[in-house]
Amino acid sequence: MRRPRTGLAAILPGLWLAIFFAFPFLLVARLSASDSALSIPPYAPRIDWSQGVAGVRAFLAALDGETYVRLTQDSLYLDAYLSSLRLAGLAAGVLLLIGYPIAYGIARCPPRLRQALVMAVILPFWTSFLIRIYAWVAILKPAGVLNAALGAVGLPTVDILNTEAAVLLGLVYAYLPFMVLPLYAVLDRQDESLIEAAQDLGCTPLQAFWRVTFPLSLRGAAAGALLCFIPMAGEFVIPDLMGGSETLMLGRVIWTEFFANRDWPAASAVAIVLLATLVVPILLFEREQAKVAR
Amino acid sequence: MSGRPNIGGIRETFAPWADPAAAPLVRFDGVSKAFGDTRAVNDVSLSIYEREFFALLGPSGCGKTTLMRLLAGFEQPDAGRVMLGGRDIAADPPHQRPVHMMFQSYALFPHLSVAQNIAFGLKRQGVAKAETAARVEEMLALVRLEGLGRRRPDQLSGGQRQRVALARALAPRPKILLLDEPMAALDKKLREETRFELMNLQQALGLTFMIVTHDQDEAMVVADRIAVMREGRIVQVGRPAEVYEAPADRYVAGFIGDVNLFEGRVATSEGGRVRLLSEDGPIEAEGAGPVGETAWVAVRPEKVAVHSEPQLGDNVLAGTILDYGYLGDWTTYLVEIAPGRTIRAARANATRTVARPLGCGDAVWLSFEPASAVVLTR
Amino acid sequence: MRRGPSAFNIASVALGLAFLYAPIVILVLYSFNASRLVTVWAGFSTRWYVALFQDRQMLDAVWVTLRVGVISATIATVLGVLAAIALTRSRSRGRMVLAGGVYATLVMPEVILGLSLLLLFVAAGLPRGFWTVTLSHATLTLAYATVVVQARLQSFDRSLEEAAQDLGCPPWKAFALVTLPGIAPAVAAAWMLAFTLSLDDLVVASFTSGPGATTLPMRLYSQVRLGVNPEINAVSTLLIGLVATGVIAVYLIQQRRRPSP
Repeated sequence: MRRPRTGLAAILPGLWLAIFFAFPFLLVARLSASDSALSIPPYAPRIDWSQGVAGVRAFLAALDGETYVRLTQDSLYLDAYLSSLRLAGLAAGVLLLIGYPIAYGIARCPPRLRQALVMAVILPFWTSFLIRIYAWVAILKPAGVLNAALGAVGLPTVDILNTEAAVLLGLVYAYLPFMVLPLYAVLDRQDESLIEAAQDLGCTPLQAFWRVTFPLSLRGAAAGALLCFIPMAGEFVIPDLMGGSETLMLGRVIWTEFFANRDWPAASAVAIVLLATLVVPILLFEREQAKVAR
Repeated sequence: MSGRPNIGGIRETFAPWADPAAAPLVRFDGVSKAFGDTRAVNDVSLSIYEREFFALLGPSGCGKTTLMRLLAGFEQPDAGRVMLGGRDIAADPPHQRPVHMMFQSYALFPHLSVAQNIAFGLKRQGVAKAETAARVEEMLALVRLEGLGRRRPDQLSGGQRQRVALARALAPRPKILLLDEPMAALDKKLREETRFELMNLQQALGLTFMIVTHDQDEAMVVADRIAVMREGRIVQVGRPAEVYEAPADRYVAGFIGDVNLFEGRVATSEGGRVRLLSEDGPIEAEGAGPVGETAWVAVRPEKVAVHSEPQLGDNVLAGTILDYGYLGDWTTYLVEIAPGRTIRAARANATRTVARPLGCGDAVWLSFEPASAVVLTR
Repeated sequence: MRRGPSAFNIASVALGLAFLYAPIVILVLYSFNASRLVTVWAGFSTRWYVALFQDRQMLDAVWVTLRVGVISATIATVLGVLAAIALTRSRSRGRMVLAGGVYATLVMPEVILGLSLLLLFVAAGLPRGFWTVTLSHATLTLAYATVVVQARLQSFDRSLEEAAQDLGCPPWKAFALVTLPGIAPAVAAAWMLAFTLSLDDLVVASFTSGPGATTLPMRLYSQVRLGVNPEINAVSTLLIGLVATGVIAVYLIQQRRRPSP
């Protein structure tokens, strides 16, 4: 039988990703090593193509790490870097803790209900992200819905908007479906007879969970944690709307450097640092995905 | 089938079910279980004795797996009692029952090695480490998997996985081992070898086995007794030969092996002999039946003789060969004795005859002994 | 024992869903509040909807957003189907590279994506506006479309396509006549997802947009920065209603086609 040349299908999307995804990173890297200037491009140095190879060499020689040196000198960048990783890591941990029982609960429901529940978990994700975060602002602000409710039942009010706690809440809220779905996928795929075998061999239902279900779901947990951690580390909207001025995250720093300070090299350098940090998690995630896809 | 002649011999004399004083190891007592509107198990009463190899046989959906799962504790009976060693265990959860199961899918834990899989049940029992290790080695040797203890289940062949599943279920020394279609995933040759291995193991360990299968050959070979199930009920329990030669009804006769049925009215029934008036003529069979009522005479194809010359006597039917199948050891004939009415006959190919004496369209005469036929009233 | 959910399971799922939906419900409720103050309920009113439909800038932004969404989702879906075919059917080494690109796009922080795309457009000398946002959104959503179609293709019975070839279809025709109708719901879902993501995106649009191409999220963001505004509640409610209707409709259609298990 004639085999379709399926490899050909890769050409168009491959080219698209090369042009719009991979190549721009080179531009970011180049700009991050350019001289800072508080204006729009072009930035020095530029490649003088008329000189051929010599021109390229001269261009490379003129690139420097000046912008990166600047990043190390201002503690703002280091703080933002650390708090990005800390908040994203913390949120990933909290997501695992609350996402797991939800995914497990859904997997234990009858098949019909399961589909509807998965749908219900995905549905909020289809509504505007910005709007959902905005809804939290309305809930958490000092004169917001939460405090009105607390006041009505005579409890002391809380003021957590513009704190790290609010950012954490926002991250957990926005990324919960991304944690629940991969976890549910592995839990749902698990062979029911494995649990029965464990119980048959003397495990209580709880022991069977810890000795069989849980270890076999770690792959989904890893996939979910990575799927959330990576974009959370570069998150902009949540820290911007829910965090205070002291809650710095790299996504927000890039945004500020670019839009407020108009310092494109600095924004690029921060982006490169973030990207370099995320390379390992991204590769891990891809390895997991490749395994699942096989 | 050679090399193990002793098993059949031991089997002959083993019949605790015939001893009214013997206490059964397992007793199902009027057990029923329904799923929604489906009555998977319907008022089943059954006794299984220690050291017995017991087979539950039936088509898929007949309730045999549910009956097994009731014993393992994965299902709760709606009515009736499930007794083990004289005690009602209906309230015991699966993990407290000294009953272990070999799953059809094997259900090996993919994240554990072969040795860890086998040790799983021992650990739950709190067996000491050194003893666990020794028992695992013993089990690996028993199922001939020495040296494979550190492998993962996905690194094993299908046959090896099956043996790991067996070793894992045997390791905690269950009072009764349940085998759910244990050979369904094996190819034919391996399946036949495994049957004898299972029988040897059961004899050597002196354990009680209960097997669920839809494969009649399998049940006939391995089991001391077979229970034939249909739509949630047990139709017949007996030794393989009893079930085959003296089926309780037309269902059992048709489910186990091929059978030719003659339907008719019982003309006489005396002296252990029945004369049935069927559309195919009068049929004589040994047995008894209600005179004047409808009954059936069943006769197995291999008990029907095929002659190329006219025959005299009872139970002779003339016809033409419609089709035949050469199976190597046997040749089966489909003989038309009246328009649209066919009888199956089988003949052992005792000699190496390549030239066939009988072929399609040949006129033949079929005959069988009244003693080879059985009278069925259901 | 076919184990049903325990009380703990039910509670986890119920609390989880309550957490997911509470803010949305509150938002919708307050879009009908007559008062400007979030905490005060001053009776049912549609004044914010009226105000919304008189807000020229907001309506312009909606129009831009819808056009960007339709075009970019269509591009992303076409590319996503192709990529999914390559990922599930091809066994070449290029497959791994493509998979790497797709999964990296999936998790890449939007800030990085937005910045890098902006630099591309600047380097290429493209004026920023409607088309740069559209191209960027196609890139952003391509990976999601791919993953959705890929999941369906993986579970699609390959032998159906082989049967069609066996009956005389050339491979491409077998794909078009047998596989494509089979994965059509997934393709529709991929388009919906890409469209929604485009509708939703603030960050990439902010980087790559230019004058005259302000999208709805950009517009909303500038308003949100100013504080809570019931008019935003009204826009949000309309958006939520629109998307929810679409998603539930697609879901119900799929349910009806599928025979019950």
